[in-house]
Amino acid sequence: MTSIPEAAALPAASLRSNSLLRLTLRRLTRQRNARVGLTILISLILVAAFAPLIAPYEPNRDLIGIEPVTQRQKPCIHLLGCPADQPQHIMGIDANYRDVFSRVVYGTRVSLMVGFTTIGMAILVGTLLGAVAGYAGGWADNVIMRFMDVLLAFPGFLLAIAIITVLGRGLQNALYAIAIVNIPHFARVVRASVLSIKEQEFVAATRALGASDTRILFLRILPNALPPLIVQGTLGIAGAILEAAALSFLGIGAQPPTPEWGTMLGTERNQVFTAPHLVFFPGIAIMITVLAFNLLGDGLRDAMDPRLAQVSKPR
Amino acid sequence: MKQFAIRRILYTIPVLLGILVVTFVIARLIPGDPCTAALGERATQSACNAFNKRMGLDKPIYVQLGIYMADVLRGDFGNSIRFHRPVSTLLLEKLPVTIELGVIALLLATIIGIPAGILSAVRRNSTTDVVTMVAANVGVSMPVYWLGLMLQYLFAILLKDTFLWLEPGKRLSAGLSSIPFYKAWGLGISTTSALYPAVEFISNFFLFNSVITFDFVVLGDALKHLILPSLALSTIPMAIIARITRSSMLEVLSQDYIRTARAKGLVERMVVLKHALRNALLPVVTILGLQAGTLFAGAVLTESIFSLAGVGRSLFDAITGRDFPVIQGFTVVIAIGYVAVNLVVDISYAYIDPRIKLE
Repeated sequence: MTSIPEAAALPAASLRSNSLLRLTLRRLTRQRNARVGLTILISLILVAAFAPLIAPYEPNRDLIGIEPVTQRQKPCIHLLGCPADQPQHIMGIDANYRDVFSRVVYGTRVSLMVGFTTIGMAILVGTLLGAVAGYAGGWADNVIMRFMDVLLAFPGFLLAIAIITVLGRGLQNALYAIAIVNIPHFARVVRASVLSIKEQEFVAATRALGASDTRILFLRILPNALPPLIVQGTLGIAGAILEAAALSFLGIGAQPPTPEWGTMLGTERNQVFTAPHLVFFPGIAIMITVLAFNLLGDGLRDAMDPRLAQVSKPR
Repeated sequence: MKQFAIRRILYTIPVLLGILVVTFVIARLIPGDPCTAALGERATQSACNAFNKRMGLDKPIYVQLGIYMADVLRGDFGNSIRFHRPVSTLLLEKLPVTIELGVIALLLATIIGIPAGILSAVRRNSTTDVVTMVAANVGVSMPVYWLGLMLQYLFAILLKDTFLWLEPGKRLSAGLSSIPFYKAWGLGISTTSALYPAVEFISNFFLFNSVITFDFVVLGDALKHLILPSLALSTIPMAIIARITRSSMLEVLSQDYIRTARAKGLVERMVVLKHALRNALLPVVTILGLQAGTLFAGAVLTESIFSLAGVGRSLFDAITGRDFPVIQGFTVVIAIGYVAVNLVVDISYAYIDPRIKLE
């Protein structure tokens, strides 16, 4: 009982330390999975940022005449017994006499960019649609959400392929396709949050103060709808990277010579029996990146809402 | 229950109409003139006028949409530009390959995923749990096509000359062929018969066809060829099923009625398998339906790696070959199939979980 007056006497600053952000961060760092995910992600961002320093070669430079390399040469690692007089290529050489390691390093840039931009676009459009649908209700809600239902009726990857058929192949169009496919997920999440938040008293209070609908929606409701959006977004990035790589693997996403992991895998897929290293390393790179976002997304979900069951977003 | 089912079925109608409109719009938006695409060098002005008239492309757009919808309802998706054959015939040929692969993969995912999830939940935080969940996390993050290629390398090259060797593709070994059941039984159904599409469709399910014709050599060979592709395809659903089973099992195991069951003195095995599992499986059923989409996306990639002539592979070939009627027809059929699977799952979910009725 004595603790009550003490708590009441606490300064405002220490009360703020229990904000959702801090609480989330604290919970997040307590989870092993999330810590692993976050560590991998930070490393990947560093690799992407410092790619020119890490990669020993330019990603698209062919080494004919520069070094004694052969086509699709196996990895040569000095530590693992490769003769010291040979130049070191830890992931080998590809069909165009390029250093695979350098390409994989630069590929980090492409994949992170793909993940963030596609989901960024999808969140932007999805939030707008979901917010309008949830806040306005009525026919706007019906029209928007039924259209989202139709988009969700297609398997996502199939819809992405169909959209690329219209837009034409290439990385940029693949980005649009994946963004479009992801919009309905975010629209649904935001709409659900808006529906529940708009009934709360603080919204009614803001309205009573004479705030406009736009102000209420964007400054009062949407900030409170962020947590589920962040979770969905993080898991969405994992899916988007996987989808973009798959589209590139099929030859309709990023085009050579872009150092994109899916493209690297796709162009050398028939060489898996003779030069497996050309397939192995880009695949591992995709897996690690996707894993990082998946782990982080799961951790965020548990951290932001511990009551929520661990139901993964199907993909 | 019945009301829910009816409401759910009625609800799919606007979605199906939406699918038709979206595919129609997509097909119209594809750059390039359909006449030039179909006729190639023979596309002169007069030939194109005749072509447009014949295909109804000179009519107003809403009339075209109406004609398109009526055609789809009759199962007429037009002719493939590359193969000069009806798209519906191609579908009858390719669908069984994909369905067979998908079903085997889903079976594999369920058979391994559910027990793994249960074990993980029951032995929470044990080594088994940690290993299973790490594997599951890696599993959902793995590109299907990469896994497929690595499996090929492992089983076709590294394990060559051992009994574990597996051929890296195709449905049957060279020299073997699956004899359609209607031929094996001497039913004498000709290619012009009305029954032909149906029997041809059924006989393209090699596993089923070889079982009913007692051709166990083909059955064994077909199964052996399915191991690698279905393994690759099943990883993601397997990982997801294991995770969902685990979390749903953990939730159920913490409930009061489980404590009651234990307090009654029931064996732990009984508590887990009889009392907990039934309720824990509910979310797993929903996930199974949603996996249909994942499986399809995986099928496009898996089939293209393992040289299986299924829907996914054909769709991809159609895209690279700009065979628009095939793209449109296949997309519609796959989307409708996807909607149908989710419809069945939703209704069966309501059937298993009586609480749904109240909504």
